[in-house]
Amino acid sequence: MKRIVTLKTRDLDASRNNGGCGECQTS
Amino acid sequence: MTHLYKLNGYNIVLDTASGSVHSVDDVAYDAISMYNDCSKQQIAEFITSKYPDVSEADVEDVLADVAELKADGKLFSEDKYKPNVDALAKRDPVIKALCLHVAHTCNLDCAYCFAAQGKYHGQRVLMSYEVGKRALDFLVENSGTRHNLEVDFFGGEPLMNFDVVKRLVAYARSIEGERGKRFRFTLTTNGMLLDDDVIDFANREMDNVVLSLDGRKEVNDRFRKTVGGVGSYDIIVPKFQKFVKARGDKSYYMRGTFTHNNVDFTNDIQTMLDLGFDQLSMEPVVCPPSDPYALTEEDKPELFRQYERLAQMMIERKTQGKPFTFYHYMLDLEAGPCIYKRISGCGSGTEYLAVTPTGELYPCHQFVGNKDYLMGDIYEGIKRADIRDKFKRCNAYSRKECEDCWARLYCSGGCAANAYNATGDINGVYGYGCDLFRKRIECAIMLKVDEYAKSGQKE
Repeated sequence: MKRIVTLKTRDLDASRNNGGCGECQTS
Repeated sequence: MTHLYKLNGYNIVLDTASGSVHSVDDVAYDAISMYNDCSKQQIAEFITSKYPDVSEADVEDVLADVAELKADGKLFSEDKYKPNVDALAKRDPVIKALCLHVAHTCNLDCAYCFAAQGKYHGQRVLMSYEVGKRALDFLVENSGTRHNLEVDFFGGEPLMNFDVVKRLVAYARSIEGERGKRFRFTLTTNGMLLDDDVIDFANREMDNVVLSLDGRKEVNDRFRKTVGGVGSYDIIVPKFQKFVKARGDKSYYMRGTFTHNNVDFTNDIQTMLDLGFDQLSMEPVVCPPSDPYALTEEDKPELFRQYERLAQMMIERKTQGKPFTFYHYMLDLEAGPCIYKRISGCGSGTEYLAVTPTGELYPCHQFVGNKDYLMGDIYEGIKRADIRDKFKRCNAYSRKECEDCWARLYCSGGCAANAYNATGDINGVYGYGCDLFRKRIECAIMLKVDEYAKSGQKE
């Protein structure tokens, strides 16, 4: 059994290049 | 920065800057917690003495895994986003959302209402169709290339001006095609005026509806009374049940407020579930600490327990095939917000504005009536660019306290209005709200870890 399991998450660093479109919902 | 915590039988490690989430065993938990402050030898000695079945070779394997995660930028990663904050602040502002105050009046007289019985410390007034139409045009004109625009019909009680709401939606739909926009409408209502006409209209046109109910009858009726002093529970619950049943699979939120008088708020959640509602939101009251119903420091440990109990209720109900959602526990780890969203927050004062019935512009609904924050109007636009600029720079990187907070990219510095009400400065820190927020995020991520553990899914 693995001692560390990493969940799939959005890569925040990469989102500097693929994010920022502004079309998401306002909180 | 990393955050380690144990909850509901899980050991969880969060990496702040990368957003990574790790579920680990006891050995890895201890190794990670010691990793930056102790030598490999010290870690090995500690772990092998604490866990007799664990060998030095096992510890070496764990430390190698930790080193690999660090090299991959998923543990102890560096926060490199400050330059992005500066770049965002220099962008030309676009407006993509309005809170449209169609009614500064209300048919309830809720003692805890921040809007002072819907009047926002001013006169009773309804928004005219002409003002609302101009507000929608103002939104389109200032939305740049944004396609998705949002309008929340708010008050007071917006259904006290229902005819104008219907006409404004019809107008917006008529210009969507030619202007290349899509309007997403929401409605926040106390339910008193719900009838078949409203239900049909809302289920056709509203992407989301927020329905106000505080839970148990005695809890709801303590604050949510008619102007004549009668509790609203018996009036609104049957209407809400009919509304939600007719709504099918469209989204809604049954939204309650908890105060010092009902820190056992999961009992109110249970009442909502018993009534047949399954998309829920319960929010802490925001009021001066001198108010008798204000949450106190002594309440906090119980509130933490309640948030944990709520998470356990969600796990149990899901297992029983009767799942429900709680707004603050709805995290999408894979398709969640990008870093720009996380460092710009809710957008108040910049891309999200509140419009009063006479067309004045404020940073958000909670600032309406505070003339220090009157930004302009829908006819001449933003006259107080200084206010907008201040909100542009109001985020997790504008507060010293946030530098040491692992949750800063989940809250982006929190609610500017809460900070202002607590400290007199939108860049202040409402510490009580921070504590509750961190607890909610811990519970929300635990639920994701539980989901992964039970589905066997991993990276």
